[in-house]
Amino acid sequence: MTSSAAVVERALATSHSDTLAQFAALISPSAEAYLESICQTSKSITQQRFGKVIRLFAPLYLSNECINNCSYCGFSRDNPILRVTLSAEDIRSEARELTRQGFRNILLVAGEHPKFVSSGYLEASLRQLRTFVPGLSLEVGPMEANEYRSMVRAGAEGLVVYQETYDREMYVKMHTAGPKKHFDWRLETPERAYEAGFRRLGIGALFGLSDWRTEALALAAHTQYLLKHCWKAQLTLSFPRLRPCAGSFTPLTHLSDKHLVQLVSAFRICFPDVGLVLSTREPAPLRNGLIPLGITLMSAGSHTEPGGYTGAGKEKLHQTEKGRVVPISEGSSEWADGQASATGQFDIADERSPEEMAEQIRNLGYEPVWKDWDAGILA
Amino acid sequence: MTESKESFLQIADRRFQSRLLAGTGKFASPETMRDALAASGTEIVTVALRRADLSGNRDPFANILEFIDPQKYLLLPNTSGAMDADEAVRLARLAVAAGLPKWVKLEIHPDPRYLLPDPIETLKAAEVLVKEGFTVLPYINADPVLAKRLQEVGTATVMPLGSPIGSNQGIATRDQIRIIIEQAQVPVVVDAGIGAPSHAAEAMELGADAVLINTAMAVCEDPVKMARAFCKAVEAGREAFEIGVGVVSRTARATSPLTAFLEAS
Repeated sequence: MTSSAAVVERALATSHSDTLAQFAALISPSAEAYLESICQTSKSITQQRFGKVIRLFAPLYLSNECINNCSYCGFSRDNPILRVTLSAEDIRSEARELTRQGFRNILLVAGEHPKFVSSGYLEASLRQLRTFVPGLSLEVGPMEANEYRSMVRAGAEGLVVYQETYDREMYVKMHTAGPKKHFDWRLETPERAYEAGFRRLGIGALFGLSDWRTEALALAAHTQYLLKHCWKAQLTLSFPRLRPCAGSFTPLTHLSDKHLVQLVSAFRICFPDVGLVLSTREPAPLRNGLIPLGITLMSAGSHTEPGGYTGAGKEKLHQTEKGRVVPISEGSSEWADGQASATGQFDIADERSPEEMAEQIRNLGYEPVWKDWDAGILA
Repeated sequence: MTESKESFLQIADRRFQSRLLAGTGKFASPETMRDALAASGTEIVTVALRRADLSGNRDPFANILEFIDPQKYLLLPNTSGAMDADEAVRLARLAVAAGLPKWVKLEIHPDPRYLLPDPIETLKAAEVLVKEGFTVLPYINADPVLAKRLQEVGTATVMPLGSPIGSNQGIATRDQIRIIIEQAQVPVVVDAGIGAPSHAAEAMELGADAVLINTAMAVCEDPVKMARAFCKAVEAGREAFEIGVGVVSRTARATSPLTAFLEAS
């Protein structure tokens, strides 16, 4: 046996004192030959810790206004796209539609724009939704701990913030304008959220910017740090791969399906109790295949444009260019026949409805779980 | 002790034939769960309130309770998800308001990784809930002093863990559980970590009044068969305890003792 093979085999053994070394071994090129046993181990750990269940959630985009310029994101300030910020009534319609579909766990998402997406706006949104949605989380621009406290009081249970890339140089290149430029401010966000009382913290890295192994190792280190420092929080990890979006950014690096599988399984083996999230960015066959391998939380039937579930907010659509409202390009036939909607953050790949997704989960021998939190605990 | 006294489990004012309590998490489908519960012979079934519909609207997307027949089982709401005493008390009250029994399996585990119970918050919550008239079954680490303190407060059982929830590690806290049983004035239910029927039998042989099983039944190839296996193991362990399990000795004990001649003379 080669020495690297021995390292991988040791990493597959159940107890390991150096988690990061174990993780590095499991995502190494030498471990590829062991992919099947890595996946088997990951599957059995997941079933033991989480059971044969998959939790479901849906993102609800509130606004695609944004003051940041992030080269890879469709919502970037400079992109000439159709934008809208949903009103309280629009938000209610969208959430009602999601609960009709079965969702009891909704993630509120918005671009970063203090004028349109103020903390007061978010707080009011949470307060009205908590009356009929059992579980609410936020994925919005980072805030101070005292602002987060208001969000928790208003009913938010989880906070999601992806570092995007842990490669500082790449981070600077990708984030050219807006408060998101500050790497450390973003990196410390989960701790501020924890301090404010959030119970679930979601972190992640965007794959397609920097070398995937280096990125994954940094994400693992961040996970290990948060497990120690935010010991009461339930952590979830995401591994979004860059998707086509407005602005036509081309990914700089590639994470193959096979490597994604290796990555998910390595996270599961090294962090047995951490939730692993899979969104509709990924295509249906890959999502089906990943269900038994370590994933515990999935979205389904997602829309990444505000108003996407019901068409709410259409009358307020406007186009902006470099942050300024400009007349809408009348040439668009979509616009002419009233079919236009706000621009999405990225294109989704798995377009199955929540019902179809739930059926698929059942067919794979798992129970789709819609509700696993009750806001009554905090009221 | 007479056989009639030992042949049932009594918790508060209720008597049960089965000494197996069952959990309802982690099953691949609610139908599998229902069938496994039936096969286990259990009469007490615990459900996490955060997964149930407490609004009274019979939510089809949170309908776990509809698979548990209240005529057949005592439904034991649990406070899993609560991180402190206040939250656990609130959950227990919500359950009663939703029409569930005034019984509660008190679980407060702030650490989502090992799900180890917080002794301080558990004691606080038990005090409040007992005063409010709840029948309280607290999940605790295998800490004999805490077990005594909870009994003084008036809990109906104590439920020490064998090892962390879902870990299948068995009765790793054997020596502490032995002390808890020796000192107990209420039934001792060994909860958590029981990964195989042999672990359940071991707990019963030690003198536990009952065990609670979940992961080991829910996550296996055939939950119904496994439930049956656990049912038998619990019965076997109990019977052995009632008879008195042979003492473990480091030396051989001759069946024809060397000192027999003394009796003969």
